[in-house]
Amino acid sequence: MAVLAASALRKSYGGEEVVAGVSFGIAPGECFGLLGPNGAGKTTTLRLCLGLVDPDGGTIELMQRPVPGEARRARVRVGVVPQMDNLDPDFTVEENLLVYGRYFGLPERAIRERIPLLLEFAGLAARAASRIQTLSGGMKRRLTLARALINDPDLIFMDEPTTGLDPQARHLIWERLKQLLAQGKTIVLTTHFMEEAERLCARLAIMDRGRFITEGSPRELIARHIEPHVVEVHGDGVAGWAGGEAGALATRVEKSGDTVFCYATDPAALLASLARRPELRYLHRPADLEDVFLKLTGRELRDS
Amino acid sequence: MRAFALPSMSLRFVPVWRRNLLVWRKLAVPSLLGNLADPLIYVLGLGYGLGSMLPQVGGVPYIAFLAAGMVCSSTMNSATFEAMYSAFSRMHVQRTWDAIMNAPLDLDDVVLAELVWAASKSVLSGAAILAVVWLLGLTHSLLSLWVLALVPLVGLAFGALALVVTAMARSYDFFMYYFTLVITPMSLLCGVFFPVDQLPAAFQAIAAFLPLTHAVAIARPLLLGEIPGHAALHVLVLLAYAAAGFYAASVLFRRRLLK
Repeated sequence: MAVLAASALRKSYGGEEVVAGVSFGIAPGECFGLLGPNGAGKTTTLRLCLGLVDPDGGTIELMQRPVPGEARRARVRVGVVPQMDNLDPDFTVEENLLVYGRYFGLPERAIRERIPLLLEFAGLAARAASRIQTLSGGMKRRLTLARALINDPDLIFMDEPTTGLDPQARHLIWERLKQLLAQGKTIVLTTHFMEEAERLCARLAIMDRGRFITEGSPRELIARHIEPHVVEVHGDGVAGWAGGEAGALATRVEKSGDTVFCYATDPAALLASLARRPELRYLHRPADLEDVFLKLTGRELRDS
Repeated sequence: MRAFALPSMSLRFVPVWRRNLLVWRKLAVPSLLGNLADPLIYVLGLGYGLGSMLPQVGGVPYIAFLAAGMVCSSTMNSATFEAMYSAFSRMHVQRTWDAIMNAPLDLDDVVLAELVWAASKSVLSGAAILAVVWLLGLTHSLLSLWVLALVPLVGLAFGALALVVTAMARSYDFFMYYFTLVITPMSLLCGVFFPVDQLPAAFQAIAAFLPLTHAVAIARPLLLGEIPGHAALHVLVLLAYAAAGFYAASVLFRRRLLK
């Protein structure tokens, strides 16, 4: 039984279709990743699933309840970590959790019993009485995660949970998310960090211009869409080499600025060619999700 | 689909109201002093200063006349300020509303909480002025305690109107228009500082439609120890402003935030 199911979901703003016919189902205990460039429609999809926006078409069921009709009641079993920090700046760490627990109609005593556990989980046990302004970015994110867990939700939505965090803070969040998954929670997260998706998500979809353009496990997507070897080449004369020899040796050649990306099933011939050209520097690595992502969504900037 | 539906009214607003109360409690003393200082300066400055040069106004000393006006206008100001600047901060700057709506609460619950909260804060203002009026010996009638029942209604009416403005505001600057074009003229037209019948007929006609006029029309007799005439009518007008404002604000907030 799916904890979240969407079918043929559509939403337009000002004539532009931001979500253009998206369908998916999420099973209990799963970690589902929604990847996509800025403006792909990820956040709108989440807002639709939470019942914060009415869809123009399609159906949603969240925790077996129709959304938006019964969205409010469905959210009783759901936690949300939003993209933008919206902790209460007037309150301490502890008060933030207390006040948020009341929004769920939880009894005061139950909330107060739960707060120390959540602070422990978030690594904030020593900061219970701290004001929000004194917390680092990583601490704020951890507190937002703790806040999303105040109602012991079955399903947690996370909109870019580690954007703007340093590596230490990011790894700590990942560690905590893995713990939640081990407890049997379901997680739906949006991200544009491929590493994050690869580490956490059993299944993911790449979204662009309002559509899912592919869906599967990270390994499946790499195997399906991309050659297993990547050779990144740069240096004087790379353009000439890429236009000539490389084209014949690699399955696919892409240029981005001064760097040439060669994709190949067997890289031996490419590497031999590069060995004869000491002026070219190169990096040989296995293909990863980022290569899939760039292949499918293109290399041009998405600033809009 | 739910764009024009009547706002759902339930007790779910209470935890949001308590959130605002908890913030207020941290700043209660300066906040109360602020609520008191402004109207007190008016009552004392205008009441004694201007009052010393005036014969009786409406059959009573000017300061006693002014007291009822100040109770109503400080209630109005307090509700207006809370439902505009503070609500806008919570909605737009701090994104507190977004966080609340991720919990099992709807926008309607949040808007109702803001309205009741604005009215609650204005009750503190109104009650504080009433206390000062008693301490200054400007009223001796127990009837004046009925003002405590009037003040929440005034707060609801002006809180609801201010929420309509907040729903349309792009920045804090927008609120200046409302103060300059609506609140200040209302303070001058509605019998706060002088009797409405001193105005030209056209202005009197306008004043008859303004909510503050109806608030003052109830508060003044009560403070002077009289039973107000047409009290039901005045109460109905204030209720109508509260209901219409609340509905309009709910529709506008939905259009703004649930798109």
